[in-house]
Amino acid sequence: MNPVAEPALATPFFFYLLSGLMLIGGILVITRKNAVHSALALIVTLLAQSAIYLMLYAPFVAGVQIILYAGGIMVLFLFVIMLVNIDRALKERQFNRQWLVGMAAATALGGLFIAVYARGKAIFPERILTTAEGNNTQRVADMLYGPYMFAFEIASLLLLVAIIGAVVMAKKRI
Amino acid sequence: MESLLHITTLHYLVLGAALFLLGVIGVLTRRNVVIVLMSIELILNAVNLNLIAFSRFWGGVHGQIFAIFVITDAAAEAAVGLGILIAFFRNKETVNVDEVNLLKW
Repeated sequence: MNPVAEPALATPFFFYLLSGLMLIGGILVITRKNAVHSALALIVTLLAQSAIYLMLYAPFVAGVQIILYAGGIMVLFLFVIMLVNIDRALKERQFNRQWLVGMAAATALGGLFIAVYARGKAIFPERILTTAEGNNTQRVADMLYGPYMFAFEIASLLLLVAIIGAVVMAKKRI
Repeated sequence: MESLLHITTLHYLVLGAALFLLGVIGVLTRRNVVIVLMSIELILNAVNLNLIAFSRFWGGVHGQIFAIFVITDAAAEAAVGLGILIAFFRNKETVNVDEVNLLKW
């Protein structure tokens, strides 16, 4: 696979708007007291991320993200939040006792990211533009049913196991 | 310092790293189990963003295939994790990770 031209993929306006939406949504997810607010903020993050996938010329994955992630997984989260929602939890402490150590670890991880960025940003060379191809879904399908057929079947087996596991875990009497 | 107006792959990688960091902070510092699970979903999404940015960088669709499998995996893991949460909530009426201590000596 030979590397194609550097993607000048987006106008900076849309990139910064969407990335700002994603980061604000992410911050709201981890800081809200109410779990429903966190779930809605995560939905906003996922939708903004789907738009960024569109900017990266991945329309199929953008559609999958909206349908599966925002429309499936987050609805599942909201159902379970409704099931386990206790008003008592809103009045308790929201951050656990080792939050200082957690923030120190996250700061160390952030330092690691900054160090990797500072050392590695020369790797990405300047490239020329290409035009986007129009058959992204076709290419994804060719790959999924071709070289990645085995992984595809294993993924469906994984989903079967997850369904059985979730039903067994949540049953009242096995 | 690359120009801030010309959006390159590095911009997407930095955004992915920032999302990853937010997810890690959420996992490490929150008490509510559901919010911890949602922070894990944030981490997986950061990884997906990385994969798709590199898929565009290299031109093939391999990164997008990987991202589709990551989304599938996230769905399975969210289902099982929430099942475990419901099973635990039935025993102890709490959703705090601090109080999941039945195996403590």
